[in-house]
Amino acid sequence: MLKKENKIFKNLYNEFGWEIEHSLKRDDWKDTKDLISKGREWIINEIKTSELRGRGGAGFSTGLKWSFAPKEIGSRPHYLVINADESEPGTCKDRDILRFEPQKLIEGCLIAGFAVNAHICYVYIRGEYLNEGKRLQDAIDQAYKKNFLGKNACGTNWDFDIHIHYGAGAYICGEETALLESIEGNKGQPRLKPPFPALVGLYGCPTIVNNVETVAVVPTILRRGGKWFSSIGKPKNTGTKIFCISGNVNSPCNVEEEMGIPLKDLIEEYAGGVVGGWDNLQAVIPGGSSMPLLPKKICDTITMDFDSLIENKSGLGTAGIVVINKDQDIVECMARIARFYKHESCGQCTPCREGSGWMWRILDRVVKRKATFSDVELLSDVTKQIEGHTICAFGEGSAWPVQGLLRHFRKEVESRCREEPLIKKKLNNPYLVDQHLLENKNA
Amino acid sequence: MSIKKIHTSQPKEFKFSGENMRKVEQILKKYPEKNKKSAVMPLLYLAQRQNDNWIPLAAMKFIAKHLSMPYISVYEVATFYSMYNLEPVGKHFIQVCTTTPCLLRGADKIVKLCKENISPNEHEISKKGNCSWTEVECLGACVSAPMIQVNDNYYEDLDEKSTKEILISLINDKPLKPGSYRGRKNTAPEKISINEEDKHA
Amino acid sequence: MPKITINGKEIEFEKGMTVLQACELADVEIPRFCYHEKLSIAGNCRMCLVEMEKSPKPIASCAMPATEGMNIKTNTALVEKARKGVMEFLLANHPLDCPVCDQGGECDLQDQSLYYGVDKSRFVENKRFVKEKYMGPLIKTQMTRCIHCTRCVRFATEVAGVPEIGAIGRGENMEITTYLEKSMESELSANVIDLCPVGALTSKPYAFEARPWELKKTESIDVTDALGSNIRVDTYNWEVKRILPRLNNEINEEWISDKTRYSCDGLLKQRLDTPYIKKENKLQKSSWDEAINLLVGKIRSVKPDEIAGHIGDMINMENALAFKKLFKIIKSDNLEFREKNFYINPNEKMNYIFNSSIAGIENSDLILLIGSNPRHEATILNARIRKTFVQKKIPIFSIGDPGELTYDYEIIGNSTDDIKKIINQEHKFSQKLLSAKKPLIIIGESALELKSGPYIFEQLKKFLVDNNFINNDWNGLNILTQNASTTGLIDLKILKNQKEKNSSFFDDLKSKKFKILYLLGSDNLEFQKDNEFVIYQGSHGDRGAEIADIVLPSPAFTEQNGLYENLEGRVQEANKASYPIGDSLEDWKIFNRVIKKLDNQNQSLNFDELRKEVLQSIPNFSGLNQLPTKSEIEKKEIETNFFSEKILIKKLDYYFTNSISRSSKTMSECRQIRQKVKKDGTNN
Repeated sequence: MLKKENKIFKNLYNEFGWEIEHSLKRDDWKDTKDLISKGREWIINEIKTSELRGRGGAGFSTGLKWSFAPKEIGSRPHYLVINADESEPGTCKDRDILRFEPQKLIEGCLIAGFAVNAHICYVYIRGEYLNEGKRLQDAIDQAYKKNFLGKNACGTNWDFDIHIHYGAGAYICGEETALLESIEGNKGQPRLKPPFPALVGLYGCPTIVNNVETVAVVPTILRRGGKWFSSIGKPKNTGTKIFCISGNVNSPCNVEEEMGIPLKDLIEEYAGGVVGGWDNLQAVIPGGSSMPLLPKKICDTITMDFDSLIENKSGLGTAGIVVINKDQDIVECMARIARFYKHESCGQCTPCREGSGWMWRILDRVVKRKATFSDVELLSDVTKQIEGHTICAFGEGSAWPVQGLLRHFRKEVESRCREEPLIKKKLNNPYLVDQHLLENKNA
Repeated sequence: MSIKKIHTSQPKEFKFSGENMRKVEQILKKYPEKNKKSAVMPLLYLAQRQNDNWIPLAAMKFIAKHLSMPYISVYEVATFYSMYNLEPVGKHFIQVCTTTPCLLRGADKIVKLCKENISPNEHEISKKGNCSWTEVECLGACVSAPMIQVNDNYYEDLDEKSTKEILISLINDKPLKPGSYRGRKNTAPEKISINEEDKHA
Repeated sequence: MPKITINGKEIEFEKGMTVLQACELADVEIPRFCYHEKLSIAGNCRMCLVEMEKSPKPIASCAMPATEGMNIKTNTALVEKARKGVMEFLLANHPLDCPVCDQGGECDLQDQSLYYGVDKSRFVENKRFVKEKYMGPLIKTQMTRCIHCTRCVRFATEVAGVPEIGAIGRGENMEITTYLEKSMESELSANVIDLCPVGALTSKPYAFEARPWELKKTESIDVTDALGSNIRVDTYNWEVKRILPRLNNEINEEWISDKTRYSCDGLLKQRLDTPYIKKENKLQKSSWDEAINLLVGKIRSVKPDEIAGHIGDMINMENALAFKKLFKIIKSDNLEFREKNFYINPNEKMNYIFNSSIAGIENSDLILLIGSNPRHEATILNARIRKTFVQKKIPIFSIGDPGELTYDYEIIGNSTDDIKKIINQEHKFSQKLLSAKKPLIIIGESALELKSGPYIFEQLKKFLVDNNFINNDWNGLNILTQNASTTGLIDLKILKNQKEKNSSFFDDLKSKKFKILYLLGSDNLEFQKDNEFVIYQGSHGDRGAEIADIVLPSPAFTEQNGLYENLEGRVQEANKASYPIGDSLEDWKIFNRVIKKLDNQNQSLNFDELRKEVLQSIPNFSGLNQLPTKSEIEKKEIETNFFSEKILIKKLDYYFTNSISRSSKTMSECRQIRQKVKKDGTNN
């Protein structure tokens, strides 16, 4: 369990006020100038020591990512982009940071911006978070007033500006290159990699994209030392993390805890337990909808960190824990997630565009008990045909939850299917060959 | 996401109001001079806000010209993102999150209430009052599920009773206050008070 | 050179290549849909996935840069599975309507599913249906078949320079469309039909006409402008069904203009199939003998000096030479092929060709247009300028206002005074021009037509020579002629030497000196007919035949062999793809009949000998399909007079520039739509 003094986000529930006066009392902006004066190398090294891994889902080492930015500013400016396009079902941690701990984010932006040589930072907030964006803008204005931002920000001799850019309802813009495309005023379709954004990113310039939570913990890490952060949690899975516990629990909530906390503790201690008791637990999605679900047997003992979840063929993702109890139809729940991915596919590359809809349609038939056993095998094939063949990680994100369902609940799925009937009932499909010809009588 | 329909009766002309034109200048300042195309999304929002929450074709044309973009690019952007309405919506536009975390906690009941109280189909303006509703994907307030968004505001921790009250208040054009409807402090755990939490620490 | 291993074979590759290109070097075929050499890389079809050592996932070979020491495998189970998977996805929502699809037989999806796909679909859901989109009179759409490769979108924005096609919506509902379903405002629009790997965009005029395997394919040359775009003429029996581009990176790359492609239906309409003689003010059918007798009788009845001949825009070099020989027998030298009196100095080859060459445009670092609208006068050349503009961001300037050209340019003047200032280095532009390394000056016919035409050409040439912009490496002097026949006919010395004569053909024509006017396929000559006796010999009943007293039918360019020299001075052969219509005879055969009637002593003409003589008489000739050789610059000052004049670029009626396109229904539809857009700004 995380000790109170080790909590980074002390105002996660807005008990002490979000305004800058209050947050200054919580040590925000304390000695920022001194931290920055220690130089780029020191900052990046300290972050590397802390073993901080990105909180946006992929869990990539933040210090390493920053070190990819060119050491000197060349002919092109550098950009820092903050990914606040929080759209992963089951996740709502960044929203609370934006609302109640904005100064942590802003200070983190300045430090991260300095570390990667960026003078300009764009915060990409999902369009639905309009009020959260307004709050952040207020906080930014307050920071400007105190000269923490702008020319010679915080007395560091580093000019730094933060702009907010709103998304408009596209989950795919959480993918970093799609997000950059979106800021550039295009459709949010992911780019081909390589080149990676660290070298060719926003407007073709070196760009570092970080999640809100990642950047927001940076000032505290630097103030208290990388060693302090790495002493919390497990080796290689260090520090604290905000977990979002939703679904069939008595008291859904966000809570900051140490990495590697047992899942059961999280649910029982903070979320008031599973509705109907722990034995009523059916499955848990541990890291937002794109991570494969875990059945109760694994949930009994699993700890919440990147590596042990990967061992169990799932992932920490964004740490959005969705609890599903036995009152729910597990297939229906996953079919709804498949529908989400069908709806949010950007349509750029073939496997995802055609496969995400196909998966949903098969699952939908399973839910309606109109599927056959051969459909289950087909479903499994489709997920494998998507996985690894797409431009971005959306392909995996849509295929993994279905794979998880088939891995752990194949019996449940098959119990809803039937044999291929000997005499097939005529499907009510129109004769598709000529459908478009009927539409246009002249053709 | 199916292709958005273009509203059949379109205004001939569109111009940003003086105040909004100033906002446009402010927005353009955020982006590098040669990348003013970046402003297309904020400008579409601005146009939507000015035009009763939907974007007419004329506005897209205006924005395209203002940002020196091809019409088709603006059109692509407006049809790609789900938050741009190309058809009129109600004065109170209710968006019900029905993705799994909300579904687990009864979002289907909210949809049913919307059908009963507002209109049987999505994107239909209600007979009483000036409301329309639609199902949307995850709105990112999963620990406050089930929830709805009305225009800019989130109504959280709903149940059938509170939803009905909210919907009726919208129909009567006297919207209730947004926020949690279970009386809790933001996203804090409910069962344990802060003091109890201290004990754990 | 760096090395890469492909399927265990090590090969060398050039830096900057992609894995897919390296695979091609190693003769390993990679299936693809979205990748196209001339377009930017989209990487969205995922058909080209290959296995790369140390990568857990297969990679898209079209987008991955090849690097030293890469180990690529394309024949593993992983790759086969990936291809089959992608193929199944592509076919999932693709209709099984091959029997009614025009792409059948030349469909990438069909071919590749045969080689890389599975034989059975497991997709049992309802297939997606997408509404047809209107894209103008050339492009027929069936968007249900679309596989979203976005080649058409990339072509419109990158090559054609008219960003009017886009993909709207998202996910599986994404649809390709033009903005609010308007027709594309480009002279290159129909190339998207060739680019479309499936039957989503097909040819509207060719709809349901034939199957590709039924067609006889003949490689030929386009004659609707002076570029000599390489084409393939597809015929069914004698009928020309369609014209497609042939790859030639030196000229047209893979594109042809809409006029090249779609005037071919004009080959079936308004055709002259038998000789006609004007009787009682009406053209009436006659026999060849009657017509030739009348013609010869008329020729004998006037003085040789009163006979004039005008050669049209699409006449090949052999026929033109035969015409010249006929006139020698008649003893007249009143021959002309220009439609307007624009200045040509035929003394050396450099003076009348596009010296930088079309491919050479890509090497230039500054372009100055003088009295020219390359978009309409030489569409494919304009595409090359755009390509250079997009790739190298070169500055482009114009004297005279050519209108929208699909790239940014600056108008630096609109009168001959501006040219004088540039030459005298008094213009603000002079410095830019002089500091360029490889400037390209394109002089159009609209400028050469002026009274100052000789001044503009000779002084600009002198300027370029003086500043060493014409050297072994680079020649920035370019004349943009508009007709397919022009360059070749200058080489054949059809023009009489103007110094020996006091008056020009055009003056004589105006002063009614000619009693007989022999029009060889000439429809664009502007003149007021009074008492002249007009002989029209050509393929179409167009402007020339309208005023003729005798009409002699001859084949169109697709119906006979012949050489054409394009504006770069490149001699290319147009091949016979179909048969002459009705009683029509090749032009040189008609001349033979006339010559025989006129004077039995003369030897008759023979096509092989004509060709031999043509090839011998071309200066700087270096071989078929080759650019001409370079020669030393002739240092002879020519006196010219300067006049202060406005440079007005003559507007071309783009879709109606020759007798074939004027007879084409498709072209007139295109023209109507373009005019409607101009008039009220809308279409559809």
